[in-house]
Amino acid sequence: MTIDPLAMTCPAPLRGGDTVLLGHGSGGQLMAELLADLVPVLGAEGQDDAATVHMASPDVVISTDAFVVTPRFFPGGDIGSLAVHGTVNDVAMMGARPVAISLAYVIEEGLPMAELREVTASVARAAAAAGVRVVTGDTKVVGRGAADGLYLVTTGIGTPIPGAAVSARHGAPGDAVLISGPIGLHGITILSTREGLGFESEISSDSRPLHRLVAAMVEAAGSSVHVLRDPTRGGLASALNELAAASAVGVRLDEQAVPIPAQVAAACDLLGLDPLHVANEGCLVAFVHEDAAEPVLAAMRALPEGAQACRIGAVVADHPGRVVMRTLLGSTRVVDMLIGEQLPRIC
Amino acid sequence: MRYLDEYRDPVLARALLEEIHAVATRPWTIMEVCGGQTNTIVRQGIDELLPAGVRMVHGPGCPVCVTPLEIVDRAIAIAVRPNVIFTSYGDMLRVPGSATDLLTVKAAGADVRVVYTPLDAVRLAERHPDREVVFFAVGFETTAPANAMAVLHAAQLGLRNFSVLVSHVLVPPAMTAILDAPGTRVQAFLAAGHVCAIMGWTEYEPLAARYRVPIVVTGFEPLDLLEGILMAVCQLEEGRFEVENQYARAVRRTGNAAAQEAMTKVFHVSDRTWRGIGEIPASGLALAPEYTDFDAVTRFEVGGVTARENPACVAGEILQGTKVPTDCVAYGVICTPRHPLGAPMVSAEGTCAAFHNAGRLTPSEPTP
Repeated sequence: MTIDPLAMTCPAPLRGGDTVLLGHGSGGQLMAELLADLVPVLGAEGQDDAATVHMASPDVVISTDAFVVTPRFFPGGDIGSLAVHGTVNDVAMMGARPVAISLAYVIEEGLPMAELREVTASVARAAAAAGVRVVTGDTKVVGRGAADGLYLVTTGIGTPIPGAAVSARHGAPGDAVLISGPIGLHGITILSTREGLGFESEISSDSRPLHRLVAAMVEAAGSSVHVLRDPTRGGLASALNELAAASAVGVRLDEQAVPIPAQVAAACDLLGLDPLHVANEGCLVAFVHEDAAEPVLAAMRALPEGAQACRIGAVVADHPGRVVMRTLLGSTRVVDMLIGEQLPRIC
Repeated sequence: MRYLDEYRDPVLARALLEEIHAVATRPWTIMEVCGGQTNTIVRQGIDELLPAGVRMVHGPGCPVCVTPLEIVDRAIAIAVRPNVIFTSYGDMLRVPGSATDLLTVKAAGADVRVVYTPLDAVRLAERHPDREVVFFAVGFETTAPANAMAVLHAAQLGLRNFSVLVSHVLVPPAMTAILDAPGTRVQAFLAAGHVCAIMGWTEYEPLAARYRVPIVVTGFEPLDLLEGILMAVCQLEEGRFEVENQYARAVRRTGNAAAQEAMTKVFHVSDRTWRGIGEIPASGLALAPEYTDFDAVTRFEVGGVTARENPACVAGEILQGTKVPTDCVAYGVICTPRHPLGAPMVSAEGTCAAFHNAGRLTPSEPTP
């Protein structure tokens, strides 16, 4: 019998590896080393299992989210920056200023350590840029096949902006429907990167924090900003349908006014997708009292994330719960929610 | 965007609409053959902007919709085999079979994958020599050349673990069947631009002459359709019945010779069953004798799988243009895109789904 010396490995030295092992989630020394590696990058304290956060108001806005995106790195961001932006935006859409984030990792064993560090650094950069702190977290490692590489789970907390009165239920007939920028970029970038379709060379995800935009809108118009929503999964169509239902109002969209980037339109045409159903991560839709619409648009356009803000329609008393669009040709059609998954068509 | 915005211009669209209104003096019934055209017509509400008498009926040109139930059942029977990677274009996954659909068996553990080109399926077969990779080769003449190329490529590579489940259909025999059907109301056709990009339009010339029916090869953008409708109405008004080409930027009379060559090498014309219509002679493609080794039906012995349609579904009449979705008692009630009873409700290209997605309601409930 011959022995391949390269096949002989010693089971003892488990430290300093290039990949995450089950032991990194065991609560023992390996985990301590992993945390010692990650926690300082995030600027968190790390000694306690929870954190104390000083809040400026007795009311706290709280939101939780899980991030399972594939691929984890894509033009315009990665799972780390996406987790921060998604959490910040969910808090901001309540008319709140995000303050702190908790972050949990669910890691499939075998994930390259370098990738974990890269994602963590991206979380840190995105949080610093957004002015929020990552204050506490958790790490779990699961066996091969029990997860797809890396999932992040976050909770964000924030304080309501004084004067804000934002809720999905506050839409009123006569409100202007505003959007902060072009739609469809995130969804098409992810799909194109994942499937190697080639559009990703021309477009990138719009993933970015929107809380400063929200603050500027509320500063410009206070409680006249009735409804805010970031149209993520399900796209603009699903977001507007949800808001129309929550406020028991109708929404009239003007197809010509909806900003759809040329590459998104081309990709959607090729794949048989509807841009109104494609996910976004860096734009918001707002219902604003008509009298405040122009000042709010001006405030939005003064910020880079709102530079292309525009009016896309109006809230109406007719057909409550329904979104109707005036087409390019001047007829109307109902815009429905996405059912299940978007499936590319045959031809 | 080049080649997109130009064909969606509202000002030009209104000018074409006005011209159609000016030209049409009598009621006419025009069928657009392709589901992509149906989608544009319904999404843009083109049919509602036409003169009252000019009626669009929606044809059988959605490959998902006309794929017979038993082929879907065969696909599912193959997909659930433990060693199989079953690949398909996306919108076939949601098509209901007799008991389940591909998305559901995927969730239960079957290895079902969406591909964007059949060559991706061939690459999968190369990468997984220990697995059987099956591609669901559906579609009209549009997808047939690419699917033929996949078989040729697999043959060239000597891949023994690649096969295709073929359900290819051809447009001209379906048009003939519609024209021969008793009580047909179709007076002119908008032929499918992309099918003609492959096949050209010579096969349509005898049809136009024999049935004295105008056929306009038409594209898929709003302006394409409006111009196609205008050309069809002009022919009808003038009593002409010619094949005209609206889609000149993509279609030549003889089509794409290289694509046709790949098709005729791998496939031969065969009888085909169309979902909702029944068997139409010489209306489909099957693998040519030299390539039957790639036939998934024989490889997985699923030839015995047969199925019966839900009798409440009027898919056949919808596909032949004798009924519109809102005529169906199941439409929007027990048959929705979420729970499709029949195939036209499944694909976004399907007439029923196109109606439903655009919020077309039953006649008792007017569209807002």
